[in-house]
Amino acid sequence: MSAIDWDLVRSSLWPLARELLRGTLPLTAISFVLGLTLAVLVALMRLSGNRLISAPARAYVSVIRGTPLLLQLFIIFFGLPELGIKFDPWPAAILGLTLNVGAYASEAVRGAILAVPRGQWEAAMTVGMSRVTTLRRVVLPQAARIAVPSLSNTLISLVKDTSLVAVVTVTELLRQAQIIAGQTFEYFTLYGVAAVYYWVVCLVLSFGQTRLETRLSRHVAA
Amino acid sequence: MTAPLLEARGLEKSFGANRVLRGIDVVVPAGSVTCLIGPSGSGKTTVLRSLNGLEHPEVGTVRVGDVAVDWATRPDARAVARLRGQSGMVFQAHNLFPHMTVLDNVTSGPVFAQGRPRAEAQQEARELLARVGLADKADAFPVQLSGGQQQRVGIARALATRPKVVLFDEPTSALDPELVGEVLQVMQSLAAEGWTMVVVTHEMRFARQVADQVLFLDGGVVVEQGPPSEVLVDPREPRTRQFLQRLLDPL
Ligand SMILES: Nc1ncnc2c1ncn2[C@@H]1O[C@H](COP(=O)(O)OP(=O)(O)OP(=O)(O)O)[C@@H](O)[C@H]1O
Ligand SMILES: [Mg+2]
Repeated sequence: MSAIDWDLVRSSLWPLARELLRGTLPLTAISFVLGLTLAVLVALMRLSGNRLISAPARAYVSVIRGTPLLLQLFIIFFGLPELGIKFDPWPAAILGLTLNVGAYASEAVRGAILAVPRGQWEAAMTVGMSRVTTLRRVVLPQAARIAVPSLSNTLISLVKDTSLVAVVTVTELLRQAQIIAGQTFEYFTLYGVAAVYYWVVCLVLSFGQTRLETRLSRHVAA
Repeated sequence: MTAPLLEARGLEKSFGANRVLRGIDVVVPAGSVTCLIGPSGSGKTTVLRSLNGLEHPEVGTVRVGDVAVDWATRPDARAVARLRGQSGMVFQAHNLFPHMTVLDNVTSGPVFAQGRPRAEAQQEARELLARVGLADKADAFPVQLSGGQQQRVGIARALATRPKVVLFDEPTSALDPELVGEVLQVMQSLAAEGWTMVVVTHEMRFARQVADQVLFLDGGVVVEQGPPSEVLVDPREPRTRQFLQRLLDPL
């Protein structure tokens, strides 16, 4: 007897792809964009000379990186309602994932900002740019190039981490595979198909990362 | 007599226990070229960077045109930014923005800092690039240029904000010897056009031919100053003589 039921593979291809398209991918995209914005903010806070600004940012990064994402999702979805803060499943999932991306990516962004040579800040200041303009026009564009490899890793981890939001009752690729497997008892087949889907998405992202790195390093000396 | 365009008085600056500037005066008449020379570590760069507030001296005053700061009063960032707006700066390592084209480098100050219309800034930038012999490089990126070309873009970028005075920190020291001339020629022609310039340099021929005055620094003080025909040709101070001797005969 074969472990793989090929008819079931064929019939489950679309139901799984559908949850990939309307669960996994939007969760990834929305959390990544929000998380990246949060990360830049947190990185700038951590770089501030003012302890009142840098300390909360440091604490946030420490807490998020020091606790499991699964536990954070439990706290947001099941714990906070006890304090009167209730979230629907999707907002809870997005919040958990965003906080997570924000913490990990902020370290990469901070390192990248620090890696931009001091002479770039000075040159921008001598042509009259303010600190904010210097960040926006000179430092962040160069920091982005430096941060791409590490942010790509964050993105690829995020794709896989979205599978955890099944616990707050959001349906996505893994949850859908679970549901069909529960009905058919074909665990190997369903989880196998789901694994291939995740893998393909990450392959595509890795390919995109390589392209982006090449593009961004065009104007930089070897 | 009109007041000098740039006037720095009594600059003092320490890095930790290291007293780098010990009471420096720099007075620069409009339209003149001042060269700062002196041994490594004598404080030339620190003086230059004090003139636009990239370094903050503890004591002393700097005035450029009608903007003055008194460093002893710990001027706030806005006051320092106003002073900085009076000058342009050319760095030893050019510090061009690598992610911008040559044209965007030159228009970065006018557009991003001064809020001038992009089209007007670009037209003026093209004229400046022609001025430094790089009219055909507007769309290139810095990495595609030679060191001498990069430094000439740096000069165009410094001029684009229409500064009252242009500060140069050893603009040719990082260049291969055969590229030094093209940069010095541009600087010489700027001087002839009447730009006010303060130049830290080890190029004694340039100082002799172009400078109106030369300041010899050593140990954080101006040891000797005057026209190049005196300071460089017939120095009064033994320390100046020794320094020039060593430049001529490094062995
Ligand atoms: N940011 C800094 N922190 C600590 N010390 C510094 C700093 N900048 C300069 N110094 C010290 O100040 C002294 C003067 O430095 P400065 O760069 O002004 O000399 P310079 O005359 O320009 O020398 P060079 O010809 O080597 O460029 C040196 O002893 C240097 O080590
Ligand atoms: Mg120096």
